[in-house]
Amino acid sequence: MAENARDVRTVCFRIRRFDPAGDKAPYDQDFDVPVPAGMVVLEGLWYIKEHLDGTLAWRSSCRMGVCGSCGMLVNGRPMLACNTQVRDVADDLLLVAPLPNFGIVRDLVPDLMPMFETHRTLLPFIQRDDRTEVLEPTDQYWQSPDQLLEYLQFSFCIKCGCCMAACPTVATDPVYSGPQPLAQAYRYLIDSRDGGFAARREALAGAAGPWRCHYAGECSNVCPKGVDPARAIQLMKRQLVLDYLKLGKMRSRTPAPLLGSDKRKGRRDGIPEAPPFTIESAK
Amino acid sequence: MSWRDTSLWTWHVIAGLVILILLGLHMGVMHLSAVLHLSGLNPADVDNPLDWRNVAFRAKQVFFMISYVVLLGAGLFHGLYGLRNILLELGPGPGARRAIGSLLLAVGVVLFVIGTWAAVVARTTALAG
Amino acid sequence: MARVYPNRLGIKGWVVGGRWGVERYLYTLHRLTGLGILTYFLLHVVVTSSRAFGPASWQRAMAAVGAPIFHFGEFLVFAAFAFHAANGLRLVLVELGVLTGKAEEPVYPYKSSLNVQRPFMVVMMIAAAVLIGLGGWEFLGL
Repeated sequence: MAENARDVRTVCFRIRRFDPAGDKAPYDQDFDVPVPAGMVVLEGLWYIKEHLDGTLAWRSSCRMGVCGSCGMLVNGRPMLACNTQVRDVADDLLLVAPLPNFGIVRDLVPDLMPMFETHRTLLPFIQRDDRTEVLEPTDQYWQSPDQLLEYLQFSFCIKCGCCMAACPTVATDPVYSGPQPLAQAYRYLIDSRDGGFAARREALAGAAGPWRCHYAGECSNVCPKGVDPARAIQLMKRQLVLDYLKLGKMRSRTPAPLLGSDKRKGRRDGIPEAPPFTIESAK
Repeated sequence: MSWRDTSLWTWHVIAGLVILILLGLHMGVMHLSAVLHLSGLNPADVDNPLDWRNVAFRAKQVFFMISYVVLLGAGLFHGLYGLRNILLELGPGPGARRAIGSLLLAVGVVLFVIGTWAAVVARTTALAG
Repeated sequence: MARVYPNRLGIKGWVVGGRWGVERYLYTLHRLTGLGILTYFLLHVVVTSSRAFGPASWQRAMAAVGAPIFHFGEFLVFAAFAFHAANGLRLVLVELGVLTGKAEEPVYPYKSSLNVQRPFMVVMMIAAAVLIGLGGWEFLGL
């Protein structure tokens, strides 16, 4: 890590430790870490592991905010350790704890399996009746840019678990699915290629559904990728209520058709021709 | 059974909107009468909506009787469903969940019967003088 | 699989701050005011049913709840209703997808549905404050 010798501050990292082999309960341990400008929390943890205590455990991988491994509670707020500059959130004391609302495996490692399992029960994949096409695809499905935009935002979820840690309902209710599975359920429900509304509706009608969400909004506040799960959940409630009142269109919606070879003929209006090749051999 | 929470929530919202209007009216009659000078709704004494004469004046009117019954039903459903939400979110076991549901339903039905009876009988009493 | 240490926040997760947004505190206040109104309401139905028995019964019931502490309690219920109704109207519009805004491609710094509904939230809180002010004026007998 780059050292800026002119501007290094010492920040106390107060880390929540827990070793299942020996500890009865989690406890806090302090480490003094030299923090130059620009250093992120993850780099601080590496410093501790390399210089101060090699037993510290956490999950991390990409160190650039795309894998979702390093979700932690930093100064009382769930965030990615690799995405968070120490000096943005702390002056001289930085509290680092594992994500709440998940069991602690060890130190800063949360048990995310319940979230993955709940995610799976809400059928996070395109469902269609044309089984032969699904298993052995011959063509693309047709989808307009507007239809893509209806779910694109929610497809950026990296399953980091920060939203689940921030949700007040997940804090007390083990049956509630939580923002991550529900936002993903909506992502597939609204996808124009999906024909699984009836199956998902059954899973979402009960206590695992969106009805225990009361729009506290923290999930969207903490999401590191701008997925806005709160929006997905409210839009999903809208579809489910409209369907209950027999005013919805989801039940009768036909899933997106195949592109078909005739759609590829010709060029749409307004799209210019490609410029001529400048190199003979590229033709 | 699988429709339960979807339908309960939808009616919870509808009840909330009904309460917004009817309870807003009730709060206006009871708490803002002196401030907004609502002598049409509190003819006997605009500063004292709880005066028996004002109460009897409203009790006699079919509009108020029906409004009170509708407000009572909507209020009980909305409030007790909200309480059910809070209690169920504390993660009780299946036996406790059933007990909570039954208890809240019983409380709601009993109070609805009491309140509707009172609204209907009050009209008779007030009309009798 | 090794044992995991349970780490749910519990009721603390409903109430006590981390560094939370406004809407999460409004959620907590919405629950508290709802419980307050419900408690009052269940007793209110029973107390006001006394009017069915005529003026003497009504006067007795009113005398039983006539002390100034009850009068103040009713003002609190009025205030709770003003907040709960204003916030509730905001929640109805958001949760039915009217004030959520459409799904859009997220561009950093991210704007969420919370940003879309925030102006309306401010308007609703001002409306609640005005109503509470009017109720306070009545309570103080000015």
